[in-house]
Amino acid sequence: MLVGAFTGVAIALITKNFALAVIGAIVAGGLLSLIFAYLAVSRRGDQMVTGFGVNLLATGLTLVLLPYLNAIRTRTVLFPVIDAGFLKDIPLLGPMIFDQSIGVWMALILTPMSMWVLYKTTWGLSLRAVGENSKAVATAGLSVIKLRYIGVLLGGLFAGLGGAFLALNNIGFFVANMTQSRGFIVLAALVVGKWNPLYFGIACILFGAADALQLRAQAFGSVLPYQVYLMLPYLLTIAALAGLVGRTQAPKEYAKPYDPTQA
Amino acid sequence: MLQMKGITKNYPSVIANDKISFDVKIGEIHALLGENGAGKSTLMNVLYGLQNLDNGEIFINGQQIHISSPKVAADAGIGMVHQHFMLVENMTALENVMLGLHQAKPPLLDIKGTREKFNSIVEKYGLVVDPDLPVWQLSVGEQQWLEIIKLLFRDVKLLILDEPTAVLTPAEAHQLFTTLRFLISEGRSIVFITHKLDEVQEIADRITVLRDGKLVGTLNKEEASSFQLSTMMVGRSVTLERRPRPIITEKSPVVVIEDLQCKNERGLTALKSINLTMYSGEILGVAGVDGNGQRELAECITGLHLPTHGKINILGKLVSKVVDDSSLLGFIPEDRHRTGLILDFTVYENLVMRTYKDPPFDWHGKTNWGKVKTFAKELIKRYDIRTPTEIVLVNTLSGGNQQKVVVARETNGQPSVVIASQPTRGLDLGAIETLHELLIKERNRGAAVMFISTELSEVMALSDRIIVMFNGEIMGEMDGENANVLHVGEMMMGHRIEN
Repeated sequence: MLVGAFTGVAIALITKNFALAVIGAIVAGGLLSLIFAYLAVSRRGDQMVTGFGVNLLATGLTLVLLPYLNAIRTRTVLFPVIDAGFLKDIPLLGPMIFDQSIGVWMALILTPMSMWVLYKTTWGLSLRAVGENSKAVATAGLSVIKLRYIGVLLGGLFAGLGGAFLALNNIGFFVANMTQSRGFIVLAALVVGKWNPLYFGIACILFGAADALQLRAQAFGSVLPYQVYLMLPYLLTIAALAGLVGRTQAPKEYAKPYDPTQA
Repeated sequence: MLQMKGITKNYPSVIANDKISFDVKIGEIHALLGENGAGKSTLMNVLYGLQNLDNGEIFINGQQIHISSPKVAADAGIGMVHQHFMLVENMTALENVMLGLHQAKPPLLDIKGTREKFNSIVEKYGLVVDPDLPVWQLSVGEQQWLEIIKLLFRDVKLLILDEPTAVLTPAEAHQLFTTLRFLISEGRSIVFITHKLDEVQEIADRITVLRDGKLVGTLNKEEASSFQLSTMMVGRSVTLERRPRPIITEKSPVVVIEDLQCKNERGLTALKSINLTMYSGEILGVAGVDGNGQRELAECITGLHLPTHGKINILGKLVSKVVDDSSLLGFIPEDRHRTGLILDFTVYENLVMRTYKDPPFDWHGKTNWGKVKTFAKELIKRYDIRTPTEIVLVNTLSGGNQQKVVVARETNGQPSVVIASQPTRGLDLGAIETLHELLIKERNRGAAVMFISTELSEVMALSDRIIVMFNGEIMGEMDGENANVLHVGEMMMGHRIEN
């Protein structure tokens, strides 16, 4: 995500082309995820450790390259806002719904789309199965390694896109470590969303709302200290882990490497 | 339709398959019989492409084929139901069937069409499974039906079933056999892997027996008697007949139990006033249905479980805490995986677990591993533990050899008392025999041996004296030499019989 944000800003500054910037960010996220896929899938490394490794690499890499980025002093292109014309003038609902950038709309469209792919296509079925019982997938004649690579790569592509959105939606520049561990909060959202794409999307919106609340609490002053709102996603996660949302079942082989030689 | 010639498969330490030839005709059920570790599963994993063969040839309908992956096998019309099911538990039965299956309009899932075909297969073959239930909600029997349905969707010509009845109730096994007969009537062939003789005789047309990775022979159903098959399986005639033993006249009381009472883990009464004496040079058999206080009795004697009333004396010493003196007591617990061994430790570490704190292994708080390994090598030899070296992990050993590690650890100190709680559970015939011999040896040395088992035939074969437990009480006691099976059976059901 961080690498996506960085690449997005860099390309946006250099080319002034919005589409190129977003595509660049997605590709950068994908490339980084391939490093992780090689370590975790092919080399069967511990996924926690390699995950942290790749994370530190992203932080370090963007920090090292940051001075070069700061040397360019122009304005970037931003995510264009979809102009809904008169609809924008509807009180309250107008600015809330009809004054959003295409990034927001992409998030709203991609969630049901990925859900459709996961549950209604052969390929989605295989992808879901490969995290549950890789041996069953292998005996069905499919390639576990290939599927897992694709799964990680897709995650990387989406993270790259997320990074581009974070940096280019309205700020238009890159700040060191600007993601502030949002990637890890996604893991929490998975638990709260019971590993279901629809609930997961709702959990993400909820977490986003908490973030928005704390920003406004800082800006306008609030009875409660703004840190309370910052705490909300974590409180929700703890509640979810304590079983308040019912049976949450992570995929059976979550973070487990696949070893084809093991009978 | 299938021919396998000279199949050889080596593992780092053992030859799992040694020049095995095997063939299956169209429309027959061919049973593959052998003890655990005889090489049955390896042979079939080779055929299914899960393991590559080191040497040998495979022909299907006369054409040589190189099976490098399960996909090649599946394309050749071979399907396998593994002992551990290859099902995705969090998905529905229908989704499991569709996984990897060619769909009418890829990449879309043809959910409606698949469900219709699913239901027609259920009806045709009598394998009732609800397609919309997630697998974790299905019974083990239904999961097996689902595995077979998966294969029928792919229209396999040769089905391999690995120990299919191990998880089935008798009624389900009956249904399975009916379905299998129907399948061969359609011109399909079946390989049926098992180690149960009665099943082989009920279902198989031909029988191939493997032993220690080698082919022993192939018989037609008509020429195979139980006696002959069991001899082929274990390499000698197996009988659970009474074991001959020298008569020991000098017997002295070793363990004296007076009015023992205790509660189980849930706080319920497990033992009600047990009075019992164990003598040297005697195997005391404890018969009874599982869960009637046998485990608590064994754990009270070893000091692992504290009684609520009464006392136990071993050689005049009161048991008040865990008996750690290895020259006094050896304990073979009923679950060797959880209590008997640390599976992720090596053989030598497991062998020294009771005595590592004693000389000569301990030197001022530091363990002398050199001496431990020498000691382990000696025990491996003395107890004939089949392991490549003493430094392999215990979980790589077969069940019988794991149990030998436990017995070696618990009896090498020549304890006065040996408590064996269900020591033969889950072992194959050969390993059961070896274990019986080891216990007889302990008895002949002069130890007081307690042998707890739910297998009546074993208790009858091994004991000098038999007691029967029911509901935390001893229902009766009899001489092992002239015990009446019917009487023991009656007592196991809770009836007292006056001798």
